[in-house]
Amino acid sequence: MSQGIDRRNFLRIAGASLGAGALYRVAAALGPEPASRDTARRLAKANGEAVKPFSFVQLSDAHVGFHGPPNPTGTRAFERAVELINRLPEPPDFILFTGDLTHDSEQQDERRARMREFQRIAGGLRVKERHTIPGEHDAGIDGGALYHEVFGDSNYAFDHRGVHFIALDNVSRAKPEVGPERIASLRDDLARYSRTTPIVVFTHRPLFDLRPDWEWFTRDGDAVMKVLSPYENVTVLYGHIHREDVHEVAGCRHLAARSLIFGFPDPGGGGDKKPLPFDAEHPFRNLGARVVRAGPSASPGAATLRIDEVELTLQERSGTEGFQQILRPSTLEG
Amino acid sequence: MRTPCWSWLGALAAAALLAGAAVAATAPEGRVIDVKAKRFEFNPPELQLTAGQPVTLRLTSADVTHGFYQKDLGIDTEISPGRTTEVKFTPVKAGRYTIICDHFCGSGHGNMHLVVVVQ
Repeated sequence: MSQGIDRRNFLRIAGASLGAGALYRVAAALGPEPASRDTARRLAKANGEAVKPFSFVQLSDAHVGFHGPPNPTGTRAFERAVELINRLPEPPDFILFTGDLTHDSEQQDERRARMREFQRIAGGLRVKERHTIPGEHDAGIDGGALYHEVFGDSNYAFDHRGVHFIALDNVSRAKPEVGPERIASLRDDLARYSRTTPIVVFTHRPLFDLRPDWEWFTRDGDAVMKVLSPYENVTVLYGHIHREDVHEVAGCRHLAARSLIFGFPDPGGGGDKKPLPFDAEHPFRNLGARVVRAGPSASPGAATLRIDEVELTLQERSGTEGFQQILRPSTLEG
Repeated sequence: MRTPCWSWLGALAAAALLAGAAVAATAPEGRVIDVKAKRFEFNPPELQLTAGQPVTLRLTSADVTHGFYQKDLGIDTEISPGRTTEVKFTPVKAGRYTIICDHFCGSGHGNMHLVVVVQ
């Protein structure tokens, strides 16, 4: 492996999956070991910028505006996620939202209202840097026109502390695809970086054939991955499937995040694609977040990103949890 | 007394007219099946086909543009309202295939599919 960076361990998952979003912590050199510091120096020399420790959170599929039996609490899980993130002992540097911010509506005005409501809830986050991409519910019906009006670009990139982040829209063309123009611009963008640069792609639909008959795929996902294939440290974060999933192919790890509305069943389980039933005793079951922490690898000189899945639970001040707790009026005075 | 041939043909034609919307008729190009798309379903929702026998699907939409996609069967087209789209193919391998709408058409789009059973 070039320059001692262990590609397979660039992103390691640990812990049990949980609820409201995914917290990622990147650190090329966490410990005092000379090998870790040497890794950082070599990355800096190769990439022009050393990877400095930082963290971020991934939230996905809030579906603001959805109301139905799979989740009668509406945006409560999203609001709970905001509370949870605000209470993190180490504030993340930024938040990534991987699509389906809102639930589709037939009415344009209602769609806009839902987008504004999303922004209102997200505005409760103390972390002010937020990056979003649309899902098909946000952009599929109008080619992304309203999404662009409210949120801005759906294809862009930015650098953060030595990591190159790429927002990849695979929903605005109505079909599950990125499109040749965007793939070409992706290639041009990546050409500016060395092959060892840590790259994180965030998108909505899976870039591989997870379950094409459930529309859990991207038609030109192979073409996208071909453009990414020369780069040794690529991680793809996505949503859409409303469940945690890890898929590795050709050294690239694809990580799906849980949603903030309801879960879907295991795509390999043989059942139908139907929302998992709501559990009043555990209203946020199957909803979630992922925490990523970087740590020293077992391999000398290697850098790792470690992911801990975080579960969203409803823990009110009384310590009880459950659906009835949400509905019960407060008995506190003052 | 033998029934004239034209009488049998007339009876068959009448039976075909009474058979309903998704009529499958034997044509030189193979079996022809009408499929109607609307949010969020295909009608009929399932087709029974025979491996090796060509088939033509005549696709129409009652409302908006829908996709019609199945990679293994080589099906990839759009169904636009106001026109009929034909898809001709010959299934080769027995199995169960799911054709999906891959053109986002609304909230129920994700479960819009047509199952093809090939025997």
